[in-house]
Amino acid sequence: MAKKLMKGNEAIGEAAIVAGAQAYFCYPITPQTEVAEYLAKRMPEVGGVFVQAESELAASQMIFGAAAAGARVFTTSSSPGISLMSEAMSYIAAAELPAVFINIIRCGPGLGGILPSQGDYLQATKGGGHGDYRFLVLAPSTIQETVDLTIEAFRLADKYRNPVMLIGDGLIGQMMEPVDFEGRTAPPRLDTSGWATTGCAGREPHIVKTLFLDPNVLEQRNRKMRDKYEQMKREEVRFETYLCDDAPELLVAAYGTTARVVRTAVDRLREEGVKVGMFRPISVFPFPDEPLRQQALVPSVKAVLVVEMSMGQMLEDVERALQGRRPLHFFGRGGGNVPAPEELVRECRRLLGNGQGGR
Amino acid sequence: MGEPITIFKRPASLRDAFTHYCPGCTHGVIHRLIAETLDELGLRERTIGIAPVGCSVLAYNYFYCDFQEAAHGRAPALATGIKRVLPDRIVFTYQGDGDLASIGTAEIVHAANRGEKFTTIFVNNAIYGMTGGQMAPTTMPNQVTTTCPRGRDVNLAGWPLPVADLLAQLRTPSYVERVAVHTPRHIIQAKRAIRQAFQYQAERRCYSFVEVLSTCPTNWGKTPAEACQWLDEVMVPYFKLGLKKSPDRPPVE
Ligand SMILES: Cc1ncc(C[n+]2csc(CCOP(=O)(O)OP(=O)(O)O)c2C)c(N)n1
Ligand code: SF4
Repeated sequence: MAKKLMKGNEAIGEAAIVAGAQAYFCYPITPQTEVAEYLAKRMPEVGGVFVQAESELAASQMIFGAAAAGARVFTTSSSPGISLMSEAMSYIAAAELPAVFINIIRCGPGLGGILPSQGDYLQATKGGGHGDYRFLVLAPSTIQETVDLTIEAFRLADKYRNPVMLIGDGLIGQMMEPVDFEGRTAPPRLDTSGWATTGCAGREPHIVKTLFLDPNVLEQRNRKMRDKYEQMKREEVRFETYLCDDAPELLVAAYGTTARVVRTAVDRLREEGVKVGMFRPISVFPFPDEPLRQQALVPSVKAVLVVEMSMGQMLEDVERALQGRRPLHFFGRGGGNVPAPEELVRECRRLLGNGQGGR
Repeated sequence: MGEPITIFKRPASLRDAFTHYCPGCTHGVIHRLIAETLDELGLRERTIGIAPVGCSVLAYNYFYCDFQEAAHGRAPALATGIKRVLPDRIVFTYQGDGDLASIGTAEIVHAANRGEKFTTIFVNNAIYGMTGGQMAPTTMPNQVTTTCPRGRDVNLAGWPLPVADLLAQLRTPSYVERVAVHTPRHIIQAKRAIRQAFQYQAERRCYSFVEVLSTCPTNWGKTPAEACQWLDEVMVPYFKLGLKKSPDRPPVE
């Protein structure tokens, strides 16, 4: 199959179908509504389930019901909708159900705006819903990577019996790029027959629940979940480095669309002979602490700059990874503004002390 | 002397378990009526129940069939998710009045309005039982609870929410009936309604909803007998019993 020009949101819909998603529950919200519009057409064509729910509260609880009934399920939303889904996220993680959530982040807080942002990083990686749980969180930066990570998200959700979240800023949803589905197939499905509620013919009843009043039983579950998160830290760390192998003076850390702008800025600086490299986390939970630390501690690196479309959220993870061993700087844009390559070029020059003009 | 014959036994759809419900609480009666229905219609092995948050959160300790436990008020959303991916299974939600008529109002109205083909058994006991007797949307005018210590003031809290009557207004075909379980005669009627509800689902006809007026002697501060009498004298005149809507009767234009 040749490459196809697709809008990010539609590519997400098609990728989920390729991944074997059996049901999709949603509620419209900009800038991701095209996923719903695409799947309203496509799901019935492949014998799948499409439901427009009355709210994100309900859509995400439909995910609970369908996942606990053994189906491969997912939903998409954007920031305010994700807040409403946080209730179900906690319950789905607690019940150890595989499910995929995609957040095409818009600027906030509150109703905010409909332009791109990375302001839900902390919500995605540190919880959002109540209780002691984590999502595995992936952050693509191109539409092709969005397709591949969407498919991968379904595999990982099954592998860990834990929800997986893909975060993309509004640009990921709205941008058009050529994508290739060649060779992409549905990950093998987890055997759900030991726990899914499908009717108890020929076996003892299955109960999917999250109430555990005995503290020792609940603590056991907490520990088991913790062990899963530790396994994710060992096995699912993903990142990319760009021009980091020739003793750069400055390391820029960025993810998602921001990393694309950083890449352009790095290229321009390189043309001027300024040695800058980029570190791009792809998994943001688990965060690539160790690989980032190694890159940052290369003797040539004088400082680390974090660039985000927020007022500094991934910054906290980078800070933790660096353990204070390199000077750390931050450049953030908000309100839906995307950093321009020129301003990043200027900022990098300034930090390296050879700038013409600061901020 | 012939062999002794069994005239009363535990339905196969109930587990052999001790109840945690208070003495005189009619949750147990309602459980039994559902279990008898699952037995009689031969549905147990393909049924998935959904427990609410409320005194009946542990319903799965009593029912002998597959179960999911929902977040507070969200049982109809779970049921929708299950029924859409497993349309040939029997799905029912079991919900109290705080669960269904307060925090889960949107979910129940929209599930009914979409005509999701599952069954809801709505246990209306006019109070929040599990959390210790707070005002519910169905608390009666002037009824004293811990959060309306001077009695429900309808000028501030509104009138009790008549859910069965509300759902009966929807154009989407459904089966809606309100019953009670405070006397043997009412229990027999309740059984017939619950059976009818599951029957409609088994035939894939429509959404089915049975509101059951139920007692909470503990939080009403009454003996079991007084509770039955109060239900009859205070609740029944307001929450009118009977068939509210049927898929066999087309809506009046
Ligand atoms: C989101 C949320 N809010 C509040 C509660 C606390 N809570 C537990 S049960 C309940 C009310 C239950 O009352 P009802 O639905 O009438 O059932 P009953 O106990 O009377 O059978 C409440 C408010 C909760 N568990 N979750
Ligand atoms: S508190 Fe009320 S509803 Fe709950 S078990 Fe006791 S009597 Fe029944």
